[in-house]
Amino acid sequence: MGEKTLMKGAEVIAEAAMRAGCMAFFGYPITPQNEVPEYFSRQMPKLGRVFLQAGSEVAAINMVYGAACTGTRVITTSSSPGISLMQEGFSYIANSDVPCVVVNAMRGGPGLGDIAPAQADYFQAVKGGGHGDYHSIVIAPYTLQEEADLMFDAFDLADKYRIMVVVLVDGLMGQMMEPVEFKEWVDVKKFKTPDWATVGQRDRDHRNIITSLEILAEGLEKMNFHLQEKYKIIEKNEVRFEEYKMDDAEYAITAFGTIARIAKTVVNMARDEGIKLGLIRPITLWPFPTKLIEKRAEQLKFFFDSELNAGQMLEDVKLAVNGRKPVYFYGKLGGIVPSAEDIYAEFKKHIKGDR
Amino acid sequence: MEKKVLVNEERCKSCGLCVAVCPKHVLKISEKLNSKGYHPVELFDNENCISCGFCYLICPDASIIEIRRPEPVKR
Amino acid sequence: MKTVYKKPEPITNRPTTYCPGCPHGIAHRLVAELLEEMNLTSETVIVWPVGCSVFGYYFIGTDAVEAAHGRACAMATGMKRTHPESFVITYQGDGDLASIGIAETVHAAVRGEKITVVYVNNGNYGMTGGQMAPTTLIGQKTTTSPYGRDPKLTGFPMHVPEMLATLEATAYIARASLDSPQHIIQAKKFLKKAFNAQVNGIGFSLVEMISSCPTNWKMTPVAAMERIRNEVLPVFPIGEFKVAEGVE
Repeated sequence: MGEKTLMKGAEVIAEAAMRAGCMAFFGYPITPQNEVPEYFSRQMPKLGRVFLQAGSEVAAINMVYGAACTGTRVITTSSSPGISLMQEGFSYIANSDVPCVVVNAMRGGPGLGDIAPAQADYFQAVKGGGHGDYHSIVIAPYTLQEEADLMFDAFDLADKYRIMVVVLVDGLMGQMMEPVEFKEWVDVKKFKTPDWATVGQRDRDHRNIITSLEILAEGLEKMNFHLQEKYKIIEKNEVRFEEYKMDDAEYAITAFGTIARIAKTVVNMARDEGIKLGLIRPITLWPFPTKLIEKRAEQLKFFFDSELNAGQMLEDVKLAVNGRKPVYFYGKLGGIVPSAEDIYAEFKKHIKGDR
Repeated sequence: MEKKVLVNEERCKSCGLCVAVCPKHVLKISEKLNSKGYHPVELFDNENCISCGFCYLICPDASIIEIRRPEPVKR
Repeated sequence: MKTVYKKPEPITNRPTTYCPGCPHGIAHRLVAELLEEMNLTSETVIVWPVGCSVFGYYFIGTDAVEAAHGRACAMATGMKRTHPESFVITYQGDGDLASIGIAETVHAAVRGEKITVVYVNNGNYGMTGGQMAPTTLIGQKTTTSPYGRDPKLTGFPMHVPEMLATLEATAYIARASLDSPQHIIQAKKFLKKAFNAQVNGIGFSLVEMISSCPTNWKMTPVAAMERIRNEVLPVFPIGEFKVAEGVE
């Protein structure tokens, strides 16, 4: 660990990715994350690594796909409308078992929407987005320090499971500044071309073919079973979350990313008034901390889910609670970020009847 | 004399392109059937074949697998 | 007996899935012959398209990836940029390259990506049953232009090499035809220059190969080749449109 640096969230993503051994960036400009490619464009050439601005997000994700097929640590970053364009590539990447990292700095939608912070791409990131039965690991940091640390994990997880890892942040996370302490640079000289990579057969005793195509239904079912097996292992091993003041809690806020920062303040406001409120913050949105929420449902009177959308993670919380306790919701739409006071007031509406 | 045109009959789809481009008309679609149900091409007149390789060049299935030319006779 | 021609090693033992008389197999063989002659097979990755040649990796035995429809040049870019030592080819049809993938193709050419594109143009979408393509001739009947292609509705055939040749970063751009032994010999010469353009690191190279589609044209393979000479080549002339300095 080195010293603390005051940096903008978008630049933290790029700096951490490079330190984690990211060898190539392909992307297309879109607000509010342009500082990421701009930072990469300055630094990658100095490191002898690849930076390339593509002709579109469609081209960018297929460049990522190509680089991923060579076993190279590769990243693209974008924001909601750009991520929509990339869904085709995500689906192909999923059924090709190749690793890559994608950052989505979510903005208000649908359509062109606005450029203000939102969390309305939860469904798209967590439930697939592209066609077919697939998952990507979805990570949602809530501070820039966590963002800096999780970029390393994102690349490690991608390589470990040969899967796409989505780092889901929002415009606010991209634009804010915080002091960050970065992990040491990964020694990329130690990287070896994996045995499955398509870089030319050379000395290998077999040739490699990477394809998402299998025309025989029985064969495609087998490929799908393989994916589902992989997802089961990930669901077993890689669930991450943070709990805040949950030990004696009677109520819990569920929130991720930016809104979870505010929710911590809400928890403290409640505690100051003697209300036993806690926070459950999923760090991995897929795999989702279902078992944790299931367990906490026993001790809680109700859950209060808050998001920058119309209630998306809410569905996963409800599935985990499975009707045993009420799950209330408060969300803001279109890129509006609520204050702690707003959220607390909404929360207290429900507690009144409860008491 | 050894055959100047070697055919892998299993690869042939009897498209007839080789027969059409042969300048010496020494190829024909045979009466035989391969396992796919195609009648493979056959060199029926080895003697008049000039080993030009047109059949090899036009063959879309690499079923004309080799063209050989007799070594010039030394006098 | 001396061997004059021999099936190249990279052509696998698996018979192709193409219709009888489909020139895809000829284009495959030309690629394979050059990989063997230029000793490139073991460093080659071929990016296969969506279309009739979607299973191409079964027929040419190199490392291979299967791109999404039209995205081959983008995928090849990702591979070549991160592994410049690989020899990267995309193999694409006219629907794949000239329609859905034209943006990826043009921008790869604009950037001068050091990749080689084998572009097989048979004037329709073969795999999906013979629909109209950007390359379909005026008046040509297809399953989606049943009254013949009308330029007032769908414009004119698209000339990809002529367009790309205007871009500074292209190294070698040509059009060949697969209709006859003579043209096939010429096609190989063009393709060799395209391969050389990549080997020598000069820039983007592309060879369009005019092909037939006997099944969807509803012709015998021989008649379809005649149609290339009589109807297609007058619209799509054979030739080299760009030969940058240093291309041999």
